[in-house]
Amino acid sequence: MTNLVMLIPAALLLGLLGLLTFIWALKSGQFEDLDGAANRILFDDDPPAKKPESNKDSEKS
Amino acid sequence: MASCLHCGQELIPGKEVDGQYCCAGCHAAHDLVQGLGLDLYYQRRSIDPTARPLIPDADESAKVDFALHAREKDAGEQALYLMVEGLHCAACVWLIENVLSRQPGVTYVRLNMTTKRLELRWKTGEADPNQLVHSVTQLGYRLVPYDPARIGDAVSAQEKELLKCMAVAGFSAGNVMLFSVSVWAGHFESMGWATRTFLHWFSALVVLPAVVYAGRPFFKSALEALSHRRTNMDVPISLGVLLTTGMSLWETIRAGEHAYFDAAITLLFFLLIGRYLDSRARGRARSAASHLLALAARAVTVLMPDGTRKLLPPEQVSVGSTVLVATGERIGIDGRVTDGVSDLDTSLISGETLPVQAKPGTQVFAGMTNLSAALRLEVTAVGEATLLAEIVRLMETAELGRARYAAIADRVSRWYAPVVHTASLGTFLVWTFVIGAAWQSALLTAVSVLIITCPCALALAVPVVQVVASSRLMRQGVLMKSATALERLALVDRVLFDKTGTLTLGRPDLLPGEWTQKDLDVAASMALSSRHPLAKALARQCPEAVPRKDVTELAGLGLESDGLRLGRRAWCQVSDELEGGEGPEFWLVGEGRKPVRFAFEDGPRPDSKETVSALKKMGLSMELLSGDRPFAVQALAAKVGLEEWRAQCLPSDKVARLEELKQNGSKPLMVGDGLNDAPALSAAFVSMSPSTAVDVSQTAADVIFQGDRLMSVAETLHVAKRASNLVRQNFALALVYNMITVPLAMAGHVTPLFAAIAMSSSSLVVILNALRLGRRG
Repeated sequence: MTNLVMLIPAALLLGLLGLLTFIWALKSGQFEDLDGAANRILFDDDPPAKKPESNKDSEKS
Repeated sequence: MASCLHCGQELIPGKEVDGQYCCAGCHAAHDLVQGLGLDLYYQRRSIDPTARPLIPDADESAKVDFALHAREKDAGEQALYLMVEGLHCAACVWLIENVLSRQPGVTYVRLNMTTKRLELRWKTGEADPNQLVHSVTQLGYRLVPYDPARIGDAVSAQEKELLKCMAVAGFSAGNVMLFSVSVWAGHFESMGWATRTFLHWFSALVVLPAVVYAGRPFFKSALEALSHRRTNMDVPISLGVLLTTGMSLWETIRAGEHAYFDAAITLLFFLLIGRYLDSRARGRARSAASHLLALAARAVTVLMPDGTRKLLPPEQVSVGSTVLVATGERIGIDGRVTDGVSDLDTSLISGETLPVQAKPGTQVFAGMTNLSAALRLEVTAVGEATLLAEIVRLMETAELGRARYAAIADRVSRWYAPVVHTASLGTFLVWTFVIGAAWQSALLTAVSVLIITCPCALALAVPVVQVVASSRLMRQGVLMKSATALERLALVDRVLFDKTGTLTLGRPDLLPGEWTQKDLDVAASMALSSRHPLAKALARQCPEAVPRKDVTELAGLGLESDGLRLGRRAWCQVSDELEGGEGPEFWLVGEGRKPVRFAFEDGPRPDSKETVSALKKMGLSMELLSGDRPFAVQALAAKVGLEEWRAQCLPSDKVARLEELKQNGSKPLMVGDGLNDAPALSAAFVSMSPSTAVDVSQTAADVIFQGDRLMSVAETLHVAKRASNLVRQNFALALVYNMITVPLAMAGHVTPLFAAIAMSSSSLVVILNALRLGRRG
């Protein structure tokens, strides 16, 4: 009986943790663009840092 | 053939810019991308031939002021929500995001590839929204502002809600199984009542909140149905779940052994999975079709009496004023040409592929595109009075008139719910009054009848088949837009086709005639410098032709070079005695040459004959409805094997024909693509439209198929018929299951373990049966 008292809350807690993580992921919009996310991973480089000067030059050219 | 470095379109020899670009716009766009150091884009992208090519719009005149659409965000930020047209692949997403995030002041850019929507945020005052948008339109994409509160958010919010409910139900179902399996195992190992009740209490703790939370979609819909004095599938589901949970709680309180918590929550979990998949499968088709751009929303250039030009929204233009239409511009009003000669693309209005010549006096309509030279028009009708608005109105009326089709699941539940509830009540009455049991135990048996007849298999019977069928069709490029389209397709007994763009490719091809290879070489070498569909067909026929220099194109007439003329009969001064023929033609004349005639024809899709015979084999009657001239319609009908045809049908004639068929008890499927078909598409019992169709038709159609293959129509009908068979089988299976288990339940022999096994096995059988549809054949 005592081990049940330990194990059941532990199991419930772990499950709840998973549920909360899922809801967090859903709220932060991670399920909104499944196609995009699948493809984004292929472009590994982050957008390079902003360079306002060079930016202006290039627009003129 | 070489293609443009930026947009990837074939280059027209002699007309390329810098040898590598098709136009100055592409040149500038390529330079811009390279200047930003983003030329990796060109290596990464893969061009989607069905999407709009990346050619920047040359006329910036009719522009939207994006600053008006910017919204105030918190903390000194402004946001703009845009729909992107011309997205080809993930590299386009990468390019747009990178170009925008490098603009000064921009704080956030995110382009959703699934919905093609862009959210852009910047610090107020540090960036000009028009400038930001311009940096993307310069690349050849088109951006249209939208209201995030109005478009699509309701659907995605509902889907999110379903997903959350599903997660909660899944979590709870998993954990309850943990307890239930212990209880069942303990049943054989003589578990004491204290431990059992202890586990039951834990189950209740997990299930009760979950049922309240995850059951809401069903409760809401059931309440709504009941308040309208109807029943739907959600009524027995809600009742079953609530009664099961309530009775289980009661059993737990009095330390009994009949707790069905697991049954209640697994039922919810399964049903939510089905519902979520269903909503997603349709959501995709919707986002493909919701790309509706307002056809007449672009500004019109009005020539004021004092000679100045002014941009006005179409509805503010007054009848009788003069409007200028530049090359490539879409006409926004109905009017008459007063000055200029050009070719007009009328495909949106009439469904015809060949450009029509416009000269002073020609009547033009909103929605046509001016192809080759600037025109001056006198306005005859604007806004709601235009032919375009008339067609859209016709479509809306047809839509209203369409009888609401009751889904088969709703029809089944209409008799199912009363039968089940009567059986349960009967059980209770018989046990209390005839057998004389205590009312508590009688109630227990009555509720167990409800649980065992639980509509799990029944409620899954339709959605699972629908999901499997629509995902199979989606793999073949067929998108279901309407929930009941599949069921309606299965009932179709007559197919009506539109001609241009549906049975045919909507592209003219050269016919064999009295021309020689040499004539063709000469004609093709001239035709290479034109974008006229007939000229393109000539050039396609003779790919090795060398482009001629000094070819001048005379709008609406033809091509001229070195005394050679290629073009219209009248312009080439061909005498009327010369043998001609019907259909589109080009003449090639020159000094000392015998005039040569090139005839063209809009050829049928390669598999249209095959499709027609496949449909015939399925026992369907067919008909061709076209706005074209009788001889062209007859020729095509004969070619693809259609016996019945009607020519010169106006949009309203097509609707009338469909109404007549429906009056006679027929269930017609309409397949069409043009705007002139849109009213007919809404009037038909069910309708299909190729993805090349105009937006309005795609919105009106129930099903959209992609690609060049017409065979999709036959395949879709085939899958629909099989799906409806499977649905019927599933209902039969659910019925058989009920016939075996309900008497047992009435007799009071049902235990929680038995219920769990019976329920999940019946659901599994139904799901497995539906999966058979996923296999080809």
